[in-house]
Amino acid sequence: MRLRLDVNGGEREVEAREHESLLTVLRDQLALVGSKDACEQGECGSCSVLMDGELVCSCLVMAGAAAERDIRTVESLGTAERLHPVQQAFVDAGAVQCGFCTPGFVISTVALLRANPEPSDAEIKEALAGNICRCTGYGKILEAVHRAAGEHR
Amino acid sequence: MSLGTRTRLRGVVGESATRTDAPPKTQGSFLYASDLARDGMLHGATVRSPHAHARIVSVDASKARAIPGVVVVLTNDDLPTHELFGLMQKDQPVLARTEVRYVGEPVALVAADDPEVARLAALAVVVEYEPLPVVTDPVAALAPDALRVHTHGNVISDVRLVHGDPAATADVVVEGEYEVGMQDQAALGPEAGLAIPDPDGGVTLHIATQWLHEDLGQIAPCLGLPRDKVRLVLAGVGGAFGAREDVTLQIHLCLLALATQKPVRMVYGREESFYGHVHRHPARMWYAHGAKRDGTLVFVKATIVLDGGAYASSSPAVVANAACFGAGPYRVPNALIHSVGAYTDNPPTGAMRGFGAVQTCFAYESQMDKLAAALGMDPIALRAKNALVDGDVIITSQPVEGSEPVANLIDRCAALPMPGAPDASDPVAMPGGVGNITRGEGVRRGVGFAAGFKNVCYSHGFDDFSTARVRLVREHGEPVAYVLTAAAEVGQGIVQVCEQIARTELGVQRVIVETPSTEIDSAGSSSASRQTWMTGGAVLAACREVKTELLRRATTRKRSPADIDVADLLEEPIERVVKHRHRSTESLDPLTQNHGHVAFLFAAHRATVDVDVETGLVKVVQVATTQDVGKAINPVAVVGQLEGGIAQGLGLALMEELQLRDGKIRNASFTDYLLPTMLDMPPVICDLVEHPHPDAPYGAKGVGEPPTISSTPAIVAAIRAATGRELNRVPVRPDDIVFGTVARSGWRIAAGEDPRVARR
Repeated sequence: MRLRLDVNGGEREVEAREHESLLTVLRDQLALVGSKDACEQGECGSCSVLMDGELVCSCLVMAGAAAERDIRTVESLGTAERLHPVQQAFVDAGAVQCGFCTPGFVISTVALLRANPEPSDAEIKEALAGNICRCTGYGKILEAVHRAAGEHR
Repeated sequence: MSLGTRTRLRGVVGESATRTDAPPKTQGSFLYASDLARDGMLHGATVRSPHAHARIVSVDASKARAIPGVVVVLTNDDLPTHELFGLMQKDQPVLARTEVRYVGEPVALVAADDPEVARLAALAVVVEYEPLPVVTDPVAALAPDALRVHTHGNVISDVRLVHGDPAATADVVVEGEYEVGMQDQAALGPEAGLAIPDPDGGVTLHIATQWLHEDLGQIAPCLGLPRDKVRLVLAGVGGAFGAREDVTLQIHLCLLALATQKPVRMVYGREESFYGHVHRHPARMWYAHGAKRDGTLVFVKATIVLDGGAYASSSPAVVANAACFGAGPYRVPNALIHSVGAYTDNPPTGAMRGFGAVQTCFAYESQMDKLAAALGMDPIALRAKNALVDGDVIITSQPVEGSEPVANLIDRCAALPMPGAPDASDPVAMPGGVGNITRGEGVRRGVGFAAGFKNVCYSHGFDDFSTARVRLVREHGEPVAYVLTAAAEVGQGIVQVCEQIARTELGVQRVIVETPSTEIDSAGSSSASRQTWMTGGAVLAACREVKTELLRRATTRKRSPADIDVADLLEEPIERVVKHRHRSTESLDPLTQNHGHVAFLFAAHRATVDVDVETGLVKVVQVATTQDVGKAINPVAVVGQLEGGIAQGLGLALMEELQLRDGKIRNASFTDYLLPTMLDMPPVICDLVEHPHPDAPYGAKGVGEPPTISSTPAIVAAIRAATGRELNRVPVRPDDIVFGTVARSGWRIAAGEDPRVARR
């Protein structure tokens, strides 16, 4: 089926299968590979994107359901020269190791800080519990979110 | 920048410099193996065995070949050679020929112009199987009359270590049977690669791996190509933890690319990943510890059976590690350890962070607590009393050298700040979080302690080396250092280590670490906590040779190194290639041997938990650790390794287990294989001790594995302290806490006895 997607502020036309997820369309057809595929079932958050400002796992969104919605992927944040404050906080806190989970965490953190600019430890943990990191043990990620919240102020 | 100054440099050794690869990783522009693409590329898929053991009657690929978009289907008949592959023993067929030995064993390959078509075509390959009986209990597999997984028998490897007089008698003896479940590395990045045929008849493989040259050595013979026709380039690696030591899809990808003469990409899905890579060895262990009344250890005896699954992988090294480190970081004058790896029809097991040492540490540290209780001693004091110091020997008679006294690590860890009291008013802070519908009346707090150790680098006579090429050039009037090694950056930060070392040694701000490939000689594996020691050491040595040349050039010009600009000396670039070896080690002796290992890594962990004894739910409140890291090249990165390793230790203690039935994995998904999330991880207190090892670069020992070794037994000890339950198995399940379930294999084996004579 022919779909019109609004991705990162630009309109894109794609040909998608009936059962195809937003994630595979982003990755395979639009070459937006920042959204990662690690579990295919909404457990790890690596594929997190914003849809009309709401945090979703793009692997659980049918491509058809994303039509005419405002999709924002990690590629929409910052520029090549200047990272988004959340990205910079992850870099500065040492929250990036293999980095496969990082784009998902970054998007989830952006969503969290929009809703709650000064989250507590408990609020951060609850908000990011849908993102799995296998490398860091989360300590530095927690620190990064606090740093980014500080930048927001 | 002059040769004499380095004070203005940012990001030298000892600084928590930010990683150069971090910005692109946060932006999504860093390319992992699964992100690679080429115009016109094909997509590969694998046909896998649904049986743990079966004879292949026939393979009919005609239907699959007829599907539009399918370019090729390969079966065993289509292979260019019948070479076997394997990490330590070549025992694995590229595609099963007459027999399958585990659920998930590759039988055929498909390449198609679309990933969905490739998957559907793989389902359309008709394989007729005749199911055969299976052996899935590793102890049963060792019996002389057991069904044979391979014609050469079911013993993969057998190590019997004898130290002192194992018949020595002790005032107090404690015994126990212990079990460790099958853990998965669960790296977030799936197995993936892109193979591109080369005009010379060879192939270039872009691959996520831990060791390019080991892969090369296994791939080339299976393709029937000379090594120089196969080129490997490291693609972005989304974590490894041991799972990428073995070949998974590497040979398959190259075969498909060569057969189609097109680029082929293959990416495993999560379920396929669980079937496609090796796991941590499940273990059954029977231990006996003897001590004098004052707590001095007299003997340790143990029988260790490790389930190697259907193929050997790194089982021989795991078996050897389990034996060598099986008595813990203590002075043990007498020991008998019998460690055996068994072939079964379970999925193959191999490398995972801390292998061999992880399994036995759970057992010997449980024993140390049991012994302390029997002696009426404080468990921390018992450990400190027996802890190794430089000059003491481990049970292979090898002396410890260049290490902080382990008692200091234990005492420092025990003295780290404790967490605050439990807050019953906050449901989120309860075990189970808001899912806990009690009012916290069943919550008990417990504190547990453990220490552990293992080797760094490869052991037992292996020719372990790393190669570094350092080029110092002038670009736009500024000196720039290019560093090339084949060391796999898997997330651990070796890229940053190399950068900081080169910057420090050369006094040059701009250091560029190039993409690892087989263009340069091997760096060895990103495993055994060895890359800082080995590749860091190689970069250090190459930089010092470059520096020597700089000084020579400065002297030729009769200039003092302190006031000459480095760039002025670089009309001609300087390039040096160094192959760096650690001191040689001795091969494993059937009886007590001496220098089998390069050096040892030690750490201690203290865990505090809240346990709801009515629901069996556990909340880890805090983990504190003291680790001798030698030298923290990048302290933030070291803390990241400690915290991440502890998360995996927590996973093994409480959550992570691949559940098998008749050799089939029943929870091959992230929905059913539970990984620690941010809610599961407590605050971690990291206390780094920098006791330099004389042979290591800047004394840095390698840090990746110890956090995973003793964190697990510390957490279980804390749960025991809270509940009084025996808990002789990890992961601990709610039932074990609520009902006091004890794991019993039913096998009767005296500690130290040959498991082949086990009785029911």
